Parts: sequence; C-alpha cells; structure tokens
Amino acid sequence: MRPIRSASIHLHDLTLGYDRHPAVHHLNGTFAAGSLTAVVGPNGAGKSTLLKSIIGTLEPLGGSLSLSLPSARVAYLPQSADLERDFPISVEDLVAMGLWRTIGIFGSTTRAVRAKVTDALGKVGLAGFETRLVGTLSGGQMQRVLYARLMVQDADVILIDEPFAAIDTKTVLDLMNLVKHWHQEGRTIIAVLHDMALASDFFPDCLMLAREPVAWGVAADVLTESNLAKARSMIEAYDPSADFCERAA
Amino acid sequence: MNTLMLFYEMSISPFAEFAFMRRALVGAMALSLGAGPIGVFLMLRRMSLVGDAMAHAILPGAALGYLIAGLSLGFMTAGGLVAGFVVALLAGLVTRLTVLKEDAALASFYLISLAGGVVLVSLRGSNVDLLHVLFGSVLALDDPTLLLLASSATVSLVTLAILFRPLVLECVDPLFLRTVSQSSGVTHLGFLALVVLNLVAGFHALGTLLSVGLMMLPAFAARFWTSTLEGMLAMATLIGFISSYLGIIASYHAGTPTGPTIILCAGVIYLISILIGGRNGLLLRFIPRKHLAA
Repeated sequence: MRPIRSASIHLHDLTLGYDRHPAVHHLNGTFAAGSLTAVVGPNGAGKSTLLKSIIGTLEPLGGSLSLSLPSARVAYLPQSADLERDFPISVEDLVAMGLWRTIGIFGSTTRAVRAKVTDALGKVGLAGFETRLVGTLSGGQMQRVLYARLMVQDADVILIDEPFAAIDTKTVLDLMNLVKHWHQEGRTIIAVLHDMALASDFFPDCLMLAREPVAWGVAADVLTESNLAKARSMIEAYDPSADFCERAA
Repeated sequence: MNTLMLFYEMSISPFAEFAFMRRALVGAMALSLGAGPIGVFLMLRRMSLVGDAMAHAILPGAALGYLIAGLSLGFMTAGGLVAGFVVALLAGLVTRLTVLKEDAALASFYLISLAGGVVLVSLRGSNVDLLHVLFGSVLALDDPTLLLLASSATVSLVTLAILFRPLVLECVDPLFLRTVSQSSGVTHLGFLALVVLNLVAGFHALGTLLSVGLMMLPAFAARFWTSTLEGMLAMATLIGFISSYLGIIASYHAGTPTGPTIILCAGVIYLISILIGGRNGLLLRFIPRKHLAA
C-alpha cells in the first residue's frame, strides 16, 4: 500500500473567473493537509470554479494557487460528469480507468488490479455489477460507479463537486462514510455541497463562498445565520459595465 | 451438381479468371480492415460526419499533387495526407484555443480546403483523369496502390492497438483523461491522422467521397448486431469484407461502376441490419417476448 502524502493547498489572493468577470474574488487561505472541507454558497458563488482551478483546468485571473504535491496526485469528480453513457463499456472497465496512473496505456489488468476494482465496487454497494454496461445503470448507480473509480485512483487530494445530487438518503450516508474513511486515512478532501445540514454534520471545516469569501474555518463557526444571510445577499448577475478591479492584495 | 457449377460460375470463377478482380477484392478488403474499426470509433464519438468533412478536406491536396505530377500515386497521396493533416491540426488548435467547438472548427477548414480544391481543379480545365480522384478506380489497382492500401491497413491497426486505451477513455470521459494524463491531445490527433490516412488510401480505390462509405456504413450496421466494443470492431470489419466481395461481384455481373456498388452493398447490409439486427433491430419490437424475472 502506497503511503498517503498529506498535502495542503494554498490560495494567495486568488481571483478566478470567465471573460475577466470574477467568479471567485480575492480568496486567501489554506486547505490544510488532511483536512475535510465543505465548500458552500449560493448558485454562481464560484464553488465549482474553485475546484476547476485546483485541478488545473482553469487559469487564475489573478493571484496564485500552490499545491504541495504534483497535480497527478489529485482526483476530481465533476458536478455532472460529462460521460458518454452510450459507449459500450463495462462497469469494471470504467472503474479500472481510475488505475490509469499505475497501469497507464500498456499495463495489463492483472488479477490484483481486478481485485481492487471488485473491492471498490463492493464498497459502494455495487457488487456483481462488473460486467454490466454503463448505459444500463440508473443515475444513482452511475454516481456510485464514479465513487468506485475515485476510490481506486487512490489520490492524496480528492475534489468532489455536488456529489450527492439525485441520490437517495441511504446511498448518501454510504458515500459519506466512504468520504469519512478517506479523511481518516489522511487524504485532503474538498467537497462542494448545497446541503447545509450535511456540511455541518459531517465536515469539520467549511468555506462559505459568495463570489467573495464569506467565511472559512471550523464548520460550526462558518455555518451561522448571519453568514448565510451575507451569502444570500450576493448579487448573482455580472455587471457588464464593471470597472477594472483595483483592490490590492 | 448443376447448381453448384452455377454458384461457382457466378461467384468464384470471375476471381479465378481475372487478376484485376482479385486485386480489387484484396484492395477493398485491406481498406475494410483499417477503415471499419476507425468508423466504429467515429460513430461512438458522435463524429460520424467528420469522415465526410475530412474527405472534402483532402481533395485540394490530391488535386495539387495531380497538377504537379499528373496521375501520380506518390504525389496525390502525399498531397491528400498533407491537406488532411493540416485541416485536422488547424481545427484541433482552434477548438482548444478559441470558443468554437470542434464541429464548427472542422467545418470551417474543410470548406476553405474544398473551395481551394475546386479552384485548383479548374486551373487545369476539365479532365477525365480527375474523375479518378472523385470516384476511384478499384478495378485498376496496380502493385504500388495495393501496397499503399495494405500499408495503410497495417499502420491503422497497429496504431489503434497502441491508442486503444486512451481512445476509449477519450470517448467515454474526455475530462477524466485530461485530469489523469497528457495523452488526450496526442490521442485525438493521432486518431484524426488515421482517419485521414484511410481516406487518402481509400480514394485510390473508391474516390475521395465514397471512401467514407466503407468507413461508416459497416460501423452503423455493426451497432445492430452486438453491444460490446470488441464485437462492433470485428463486426464492422466483417461487414466491410462482405460488402467488398458482394459489390465487386455484383458490379461484374451488372456492369455497374464497382466503387459505388461496393458502398451500395454496404448500404443494403445496413438497411437489413436496421430491420433484423439481433441487437436493437426494428423487427425485435414486433416479436412478443416475455420479460425476465429479475
């Protein structure tokens, strides 16, 4: 078993956005090594945008972001995985994709590899689904398959975006226990959530975003009525005639 | 005995008798070998029309080769390859660097390329030889052309074998591939290069436009017979083989142009597959079948 390397993520005056309009504005702080953080906030608050920049698919408009490990060790489960569900691929093969870093283009799927995949499927409650084509799965089952893939990726930093949309309560608890287990193993986990109850029940840390950072710290201190009111007052629309931002770091 | 003789006369003896028939069959089958699996991936990536766009894109290159050196295999092949690669590369660049999506980027460059090709062709005035570029000459395959077709099939199969895993991943979950590996761009361009290679090889036999037919129609038909990827790859190649044989023998007896007849045969197999295909065929809907217990 590869030891997990605790990794922290530092954000220094980070501004992210599209077409020069900020979606995350002047964010400072650190996701500590081994922390489990919920990112909450209204629609359009920049939560997904933040994850995209950590995974490296979005360049900052300003400021910087530093990871204490190679981005190869980061795994990401996007909000609506842009998956071609019609493609004839089995559940087992899809989960095995998570092993890309170990088997690559030419590595063979040995018995050990298959065992890992089977084990992961068992842990998300999909034992026996190995040979099913992904096109035959329900929405919730598909989400669990993606969790199994995330599990075999065995990453040090795990980013998950709205992981429980359209998933039944029992499955949410199963998956949440999985997330807790990863946390206990020392992985750094950031989850974008819209369910405040879930955030306060399961997550030690919380970052509340409303384009501008509202609060960041221990979940109980962040998820207060006054902070929520502040977040809700965010003006969602961009100002097309906005001036250049002159705020200093 | 008589029916057996008749069968032999009709279906085998033309090949025993004429070398050009054997060459046509070998050439068309070599083409099916490479183009079939590529067609399956194009279909599964919802890029079925890309083959068509690329076929238009390689026209000016072939025409330029023809203007320089006449009906020369080497020049026309090189011209077609260069034009195809340039269009694929430019379209890829525009897709990655600008707001245009891949379909728009590809359409723009193939249209420019096609217009250039038509201008080039008109410079030389109308020429019967140029019909060769458009419709191919599968009954006149010489040794170098056959070698080209065989090489193209070999390169395609080997490259597909190498790219197989990233290509599947790029089809299923491109964003995931981009987060775990740098191979996404290489895979995509390598695959487009294979499309170009097969179309260029194909135009000597079937012409620039019809060579797409042997790439796509067998892939579509295969979808109605199997639900696994491996099955589709094998089935598309097999259907390509059958279409090649049927098309050549039918054109021999009916006196029709061979290239289009091959594609028509692929089309007929496709239509039959839609109707009676063992997977998702339309007829299955009308057969009452009991549902399963679990």
